[in-house]
Amino acid sequence: MKITKDEVVYTADLARLDLDENSINRFADQIGDILEYVDTLNSVDTEGITPTSHAIFLSNAFREDEVKESMSADKALANAPEKEDGNFIVPKVINS
Amino acid sequence: MKLHELTIHEASDLLKKKEISSRELTKAVLDRIGSVEKKVEAYITIDAETAVKQAELADSEISRGNILPLTGIPVAVKDLICTNGLRTTCASKILKNFTPQYDAFVIKKLKKAGAVIVGKTNMDEFAMGSSTENSGMKTTRNPWDLTCIPGGSSGGSAAAVAADMCLGSLGSDTGGSIRQPASHCGVVGMKPTYGRVSRFGLVAFASSLDQIGPLAKDVLDCALLMNAIAGYDPADSTSVPEAVPDYTSFSSKGLSGMTIGIPKEYNETKGLDPEVSGAVKNAVRVIEGFGAKCVEVTLPHTKYAVAVYYVIAPSEASSNLARYDGVKYGFRDKEKNSLIDMYKSTRTKGFGPEVQRRIILGTYSLSSGYYDAYYKKASQVRTLIMKDFKNAFKSCDLILSPVAPTPAFKIGEKIDDPLAMYLSDIFTLSANLAGIPGISVPCGFSSTGLPIGLHLMGRHFEEKKILTAAYNFEQATDFHKQKAEI
Repeated sequence: MKITKDEVVYTADLARLDLDENSINRFADQIGDILEYVDTLNSVDTEGITPTSHAIFLSNAFREDEVKESMSADKALANAPEKEDGNFIVPKVINS
Repeated sequence: MKLHELTIHEASDLLKKKEISSRELTKAVLDRIGSVEKKVEAYITIDAETAVKQAELADSEISRGNILPLTGIPVAVKDLICTNGLRTTCASKILKNFTPQYDAFVIKKLKKAGAVIVGKTNMDEFAMGSSTENSGMKTTRNPWDLTCIPGGSSGGSAAAVAADMCLGSLGSDTGGSIRQPASHCGVVGMKPTYGRVSRFGLVAFASSLDQIGPLAKDVLDCALLMNAIAGYDPADSTSVPEAVPDYTSFSSKGLSGMTIGIPKEYNETKGLDPEVSGAVKNAVRVIEGFGAKCVEVTLPHTKYAVAVYYVIAPSEASSNLARYDGVKYGFRDKEKNSLIDMYKSTRTKGFGPEVQRRIILGTYSLSSGYYDAYYKKASQVRTLIMKDFKNAFKSCDLILSPVAPTPAFKIGEKIDDPLAMYLSDIFTLSANLAGIPGISVPCGFSSTGLPIGLHLMGRHFEEKKILTAAYNFEQATDFHKQKAEI
C-alpha cells in the first residue's frame, strides 16, 4: 500500500476534511494507485535539473503603489454566510 | 434558415445587413435551449431576461451603426468564470449560492464587445475531471450520443456549442479541459498560451496551468473570440504584456513553408483507438496537400506528463481550495461547536468526491517528508517536458497529435477508476505543463458516429500559426459542418 489509512486520515485533517470509514478506505486504494503510477517519475534522472513552477518567463510583475477604487465592504460581505455590523461572523475560536 | 445554427461570423454579417436582429437571434437560441436542454443538460444557469435586454441594447447600438464582430451574438460561459450579479457555482455545492460582485476580465471584454451572455455552463466540479460527470449539479450528455460523456471539464460549454444552444462559448483548460470536450463534441476549442488571456475572475484550480479559451463552431469564430478575450491585464500578475495580433487575418492560401512535427511517441501510446489514429493520419495527408512538410519529432518525456500533472495540479488545487472555509462566501454547515469543526463539516459536505480526492493527494504531495519525492520531482520533470518541446520546435512550426486517445466514452464507464479517467488526458496535459497553445479541430467520426479531434500545438504566443493551419484544414473538410441530431 502506497498510502496507509492512517496517512489518509492525517492528511485529510491537515486539509480540514472529515472522512467517514468508507471514504477513508476508498481514498487509500485510489490515491495509492495514483501514487504508484506517479512513481514512474523515479526512473527519470533529474540530477541538477531546476524545477519549473511557471511555464512563461516573466520577471516580477511590479506596479506603482497607487490608490485605486476597491470593492466596498458591503459588496465584500454580500456572499457571507453570516455577518453583523460589517464583519464576518464565525463560531467561537477560543473556549472561555 | 435556423438562426441558432448560424456561426458567429454568419450571424454578424446578417446583423450588419440588418436582415436579422440580435433579439430574434437571442430568442432563437433561447428557444433552442428550451427544446433540447432536458436532453443535453449543458447549462447550470440560464439568464434569459438579461440576455434579451443585452440583445435589445445590441440592436440599438447596431441601428446607430456601432457593430463589432461579437455585437449581439449569444454566447455561453463556463460556470467558473465570475459574472457580476449572475450566480457562479463551479458546479460545486460549496458555491451553490455564490453571486460574484464583479466581472472577470474576459466577461468585461465580452460585454464591451457587445456579446449577449445567455447563461453559465456545466462542468466538472472546480474543473476537476474529463467527463463533466464530477459536476455537483447535473450530468451533461454528448449531443452526438446522449449515452456518452461530452468530455470535460468544459463539457457544458462544448455540448452547448455542438447542440446550437449558443453560437460560441468560453471554457477553461488546465490539462485539456477545452480541447478534449471540443474533440468529443465535434467543435473547435483553443487553449491559448499561458498568460495570453487574463485569469482575473477565473476561479482558480491549478494557477500555473489554468487558461481561459474559446469553443466555437469553426476556426474563424474561434479566432473572433480570441480577438475579444486576449490581452494584458494588470490585475493578473501572470498576464503577459505581449501585443495581440488580429487572429482572424490568417491566410487561406495554403501552408507552404510550414513544417508540422509528428511526435513518434504518440503512435506508441497504449489505448490509442485505431479509428482515432486513422482519422489523424488522414488529417496529416490533408495538411501535406496544402504544402506543409511533415517531419518526425521526439518528445521523450511526454510519457511522464500524466504523472507530473497529477502531482502538480492537485498540489496547486489543495492550496487554492483552502479558501472555501464557510466564512467569506459559499456554503457553511450549521456546525457551531468550534471554528475548526465548522471548517471540516463545511468542506466535507460542500466538496464532491473527486475534489476531496485531489485535495488529499495534493496536500500529501506537499506535506513534510514527501515534498521532495513528489512535488519537487514532478516540477523537475516538468522542466524536461518543456525542454522537449523547445527542442522539437527547432525543427517544426507546429506539433500534431490526436486530442484524446478514444472518442467519447459512455457515461459511468470510468467514474470509479480515477486513474483510467486521468489517462484520457494523455495528449493534452503536456501543453499546459509547457504553457504552449493548442487547438482541437474536428477531423473525423468514429464508426458509431462520434466526433474525433485533431490537436495542433504551437510555440508560446503562436496561436495565429495554429489557427492558420486549422483554418486551411477546415477548408478541405466538412466535419465541422455536420450537426448532431438530438
